[in-house]
Amino acid sequence: MKPPAKMSKPTSLFVIFFSLFVMSEAVFEDQVGKFDWRQQYVGKTLFAHFDSHSQSSKKLFLATDKNIFASFNSRTGDLFWRHVDKVGPEGTIDILLLHGQDALMVVGGGRLLRSWDTNMGGLNWEAVLDTGSFQAACFVAIQDTVKHVAVLKKAVISLHYLTNGHQKWVENLPDSDTVQYQAVYSGGEEEVYVLGVVPNSHLTIIAYSLEDGEIIKQRSVEAPWLSSVESSCVVIGQGVLMCVDPATLALYTLPIQAEEAPQFNQILLQVTPVQPRLEVSLGFQPVLVSSQPHPARSPISEFFLQLGPDHHVLLQLNADGYTIAALRDFQPAFLVSFATTGEKTVAAVMTPKNETVSLQKKKKRFNNICFFKDSVVFPPQLYVHAFLKKDDSVGYRVLVQTQDHALTFIQQPGRVVWTREEALADVVTMEMVDLPLTGTQAELEGEFGKKADGLFPMVLKRLSSQVILLQVWLAHLWKLFYEARQPHGQVKNEVTIETLSRDEFNLQKMMVMVTASGKLFGIDSKSGSILWKHYLENVQPNAVFKLIVQRTTAHFPHPPQCTLLIKDKDTGLASLHVFNPIFGRKSHIAPPALPRPILQSLLLPVIDQDYAKVLLLVDDQYKVTAFPSTKNVLQQLQEMASSIFFYLIRSDQGNLSGFRLRKDLSTERIWEVVLPTEVQKIVAVNGKRPNEHVHSQGRVMGDRSVLYKYLNPNLLAVVTESTDAHPERAFVGVFLVDGVTGRIIHEAVQRKARGPVHFVHSENWVVYEYWNTKSRRNEFSVLELFEGTELYNSTVFSSLDRPHLPQVLQQTYIFPSPITTMEATLTEKGITSRHLLVGLPSGAILSLPKMFLDPRRPEVVTEHSREENLIPYAPEMPIRTEWFINYNQTVARVKGIYTAPSGLESTCLVVAYGLDIYQTRVYPSKQFDVLKDDYDYVLISSVLLALFFATMISKRLAQVKLLNRAWR
Amino acid sequence: MASVPRSFLLLSIIPTILILCADFACCNTGRKTGDGLDTDFSGFSVPLEHSFQVDDVSRFRMRGALQLRGGRETSVSLSQSQLSEEDRNTLKVGEEVAAVDGLYKIRVPRVSLTDRQTERQMDGYLTAFVRACSLVESHLSDVITLHTDVSGYLIGVSIVTIPGACRGTEVEDEVDLEAFNTTLTIIAPTNAPQPETALFIERMDIEHEKRGKPQEQKSFFAKYWMYIVPLVLFLMMSGAQDQSGGGAANGGGR
Repeated sequence: MKPPAKMSKPTSLFVIFFSLFVMSEAVFEDQVGKFDWRQQYVGKTLFAHFDSHSQSSKKLFLATDKNIFASFNSRTGDLFWRHVDKVGPEGTIDILLLHGQDALMVVGGGRLLRSWDTNMGGLNWEAVLDTGSFQAACFVAIQDTVKHVAVLKKAVISLHYLTNGHQKWVENLPDSDTVQYQAVYSGGEEEVYVLGVVPNSHLTIIAYSLEDGEIIKQRSVEAPWLSSVESSCVVIGQGVLMCVDPATLALYTLPIQAEEAPQFNQILLQVTPVQPRLEVSLGFQPVLVSSQPHPARSPISEFFLQLGPDHHVLLQLNADGYTIAALRDFQPAFLVSFATTGEKTVAAVMTPKNETVSLQKKKKRFNNICFFKDSVVFPPQLYVHAFLKKDDSVGYRVLVQTQDHALTFIQQPGRVVWTREEALADVVTMEMVDLPLTGTQAELEGEFGKKADGLFPMVLKRLSSQVILLQVWLAHLWKLFYEARQPHGQVKNEVTIETLSRDEFNLQKMMVMVTASGKLFGIDSKSGSILWKHYLENVQPNAVFKLIVQRTTAHFPHPPQCTLLIKDKDTGLASLHVFNPIFGRKSHIAPPALPRPILQSLLLPVIDQDYAKVLLLVDDQYKVTAFPSTKNVLQQLQEMASSIFFYLIRSDQGNLSGFRLRKDLSTERIWEVVLPTEVQKIVAVNGKRPNEHVHSQGRVMGDRSVLYKYLNPNLLAVVTESTDAHPERAFVGVFLVDGVTGRIIHEAVQRKARGPVHFVHSENWVVYEYWNTKSRRNEFSVLELFEGTELYNSTVFSSLDRPHLPQVLQQTYIFPSPITTMEATLTEKGITSRHLLVGLPSGAILSLPKMFLDPRRPEVVTEHSREENLIPYAPEMPIRTEWFINYNQTVARVKGIYTAPSGLESTCLVVAYGLDIYQTRVYPSKQFDVLKDDYDYVLISSVLLALFFATMISKRLAQVKLLNRAWR
Repeated sequence: MASVPRSFLLLSIIPTILILCADFACCNTGRKTGDGLDTDFSGFSVPLEHSFQVDDVSRFRMRGALQLRGGRETSVSLSQSQLSEEDRNTLKVGEEVAAVDGLYKIRVPRVSLTDRQTERQMDGYLTAFVRACSLVESHLSDVITLHTDVSGYLIGVSIVTIPGACRGTEVEDEVDLEAFNTTLTIIAPTNAPQPETALFIERMDIEHEKRGKPQEQKSFFAKYWMYIVPLVLFLMMSGAQDQSGGGAANGGGR
């Protein structure tokens, strides 16, 4: 193939011309960060370490469930650096160990061992481990220096050098098919101990020589009560294995190094001379928590025993190694942790206190030092860092990971230094809601809503509101004047929930984001600051969410209303959360009880007397529940029942069916289309966005005739993939189905193609992207539907009355990159030309003009096509770096792009979310309705004034002349 | 490399033409009622049922038989009887169905056009509907379309009437409602186009040849020899002078 650079001259000129035409949307250097912002997240913390290497260090190291290793500034909570690994099990972080400047990580279920330089975040080395699932890892020290790391796998133990990752030795574990090896321990001696268990039979302890990996000792101890070492055993004190048996409520101790045939020593919790009595909560599996401050030394002899969800006891193993002593009982206490600095060790306990959660720390003195007054959200993890202050007292820093995925950093006096909302790393769905009007604007609006009560009061009312407006305007002018006198940049507009109001062009909106953890956020789209958050408890991890805006801000004095449909994926049972999207408060409107699984929800254009749109929920018996279900709504529904149609899709059965509502809110099946699942499976169905406007009904062609678009609002694009995955026989099917009549409008098959298919359905076109299995490349295809040169019925569209099938035009292009998500821009009135926003795996967001995806692009340039401004067909779609709307602000793992119109026709608000969140504005047809920043107001007004005076003067002169002439 | 895309082009064009032909043939084979039954043994017939009831309960009854013939060129024809007096009354005289936004539904069983030998009976029907009033007002002239997928399964059926609007006009003539005036088509999926690389390259080549040839064949030297030769000569001359001058200077130094 020839490179595209060798285009013929007119063609290339043409293309360059068009690229110039659309290029100007790239940002200027001084515009960076002016209209856009990005927030980077890492996800839920699995492992966290404080940098204890140097005293003044302010680094924090986190490994998260999103396969990210990151470093934070502990003073501000800002990200120093982060490494984003592969998604899925290949990149999972099994363990993170920190020693000095090295962070050791086992990745991908024991696939790789990595060492990072914590200073710069660079990779020191990477070693490929033998196959086998990862069990445990620990540092191995010899003579007070840590030189090795031991990695235990299902059947193998290996020892690696810390400096270069080379393997010192690797040994197969004996009887690995029966014994489950679960823990590895080193206490600074010449041996590495591996603990394995045959559940409910015996415990195996193997001691390996550090030098050559030879088995020094191998013993098995009877332990019929033990099922797992990992969950019920810890090592404390001078190498004493301490296990807890929930059945008999006993603690067992065993010296690991013991020479002769060892026996577990049983300590019954009930009969220990410990006050108060240790009693385990009903059905609770007791947990032991211990700490080994340095790998070269043995663990401390104090340990925590968790006896219930909120009950911990601090115990100490006496020097004899057989008896225990209780130090203190903590109830209630949610979380405990140890931290050591130098010779001093502290224990941190998190206790709830009158609806606040407090942190206590102790050594021998028990003192409450921290108060953590935020929420009562049950916290699942606690990390404590202790350090020696200048006066040799111990200072503390605490990192708390709560259940809602918020990460909070607390300084010693109990001050919350920063909080990171890591739930935002997994945004599921979002909506943008207009901000409310200011009080005065609302006052004016309210005037129209009220019932007329006489002429005179109305006039008074009007006058008073005009006066208020005048006041506001004067105040505004004064503010402008005042601000103008201040040096630029000092004026700070803090956005708070109280000062929220719609701006002139409705460019600032409220972003309502729903995250997978069940936490809802309200974010100001201009600054990105979180204005409200609401945590929904009891949300199942596999829940699916659908966010519906039932009432916008336009209906003052009724507050806006959003409804979140939360559906359990397995059972299908759903619940509704109704809230105010501006303030995040839960609405007092009681949502209906939904006892049956919900199949489909649909928002009707029908509104109740309070201007809320009606939400219909269809359950598995095809019965319909309406929300809100007032008398007014039910009456309207009865009247309109015969014109309310909806569809259901069962992708597992390949079944698409249509229903019509009956007067008694039951349903009637009226059409059915079945795509046999043996041949192809439905992967995605997409209708059009309900808030989309199409300005022009047709396209003017070169010969001045009009080609009318087929604008069916009920059209569904159904994409299927073949079950046959062979590259020669695989195909992608695209069906355009009318959602009311079930009529298949168009049916096309893309041969030798495979998913993942991304597609956008809007106006009269569908754009989809797939993988070409034959040519091994990504391709874009565009379908456009036209009615022809005559409209069947130009006044109204009805799916029931459109007997003729539309003309379908299609063209396909090569796209030089895989894509992760796709969306189209959306503007207020639909006059602005459309762009496709394509999320690339590199994190860039490409704004691709729809003009390039036009099936009418001609093969051969003619007079007509030039007249129409059609770009000549070129098989390859260009990617220009100026089209990246997020310049260098890449969005890692883009999952979705949300577009919303603003009050300006030229401007479309864009939010890209994935691991990061990026918000910006795009101007697909440039800012045709906005004056430039450097517009010369002085010149234009002086010219106007000059003209005005010139007119006045010349008029006067003319009058004088006329008078003179009359006298003559 | 150019030969590969050219053959590719041919390959990509042929199926398109085939599909076009197939479509054309399909359209032709849509037969009006009253055509004699095809006595083709490879074909088979499936029932076409319809339902038009006042109460929303669907009760399907036989409307006719669809004669389907699979293979390379699928074709379909319909044999159907006239509407009975009773049915006509339900449809028109009572005007019940039409008046209460009633629907006229049809259904065909799910069958495969190619896979007849296995006689695999798939359960379920494909259903479509049209407003009863528009059927009455169009004097029973309807267009029924059967859709198949790539492997020849029937996946959907659709029915529209021409004209499709309900204007509330009275149908006086009873005879108009006696027989269906049906147009029947069967539509297979079209092949979506591939990127037209071959054609594009060909066009590029042609344009290239047209304008690029005379200029490109001249090499750089051939084009600018008249400038280069004097320059080189001048350089050589001045170089020689320099050398001799330098030599002289050196000699002088000794």
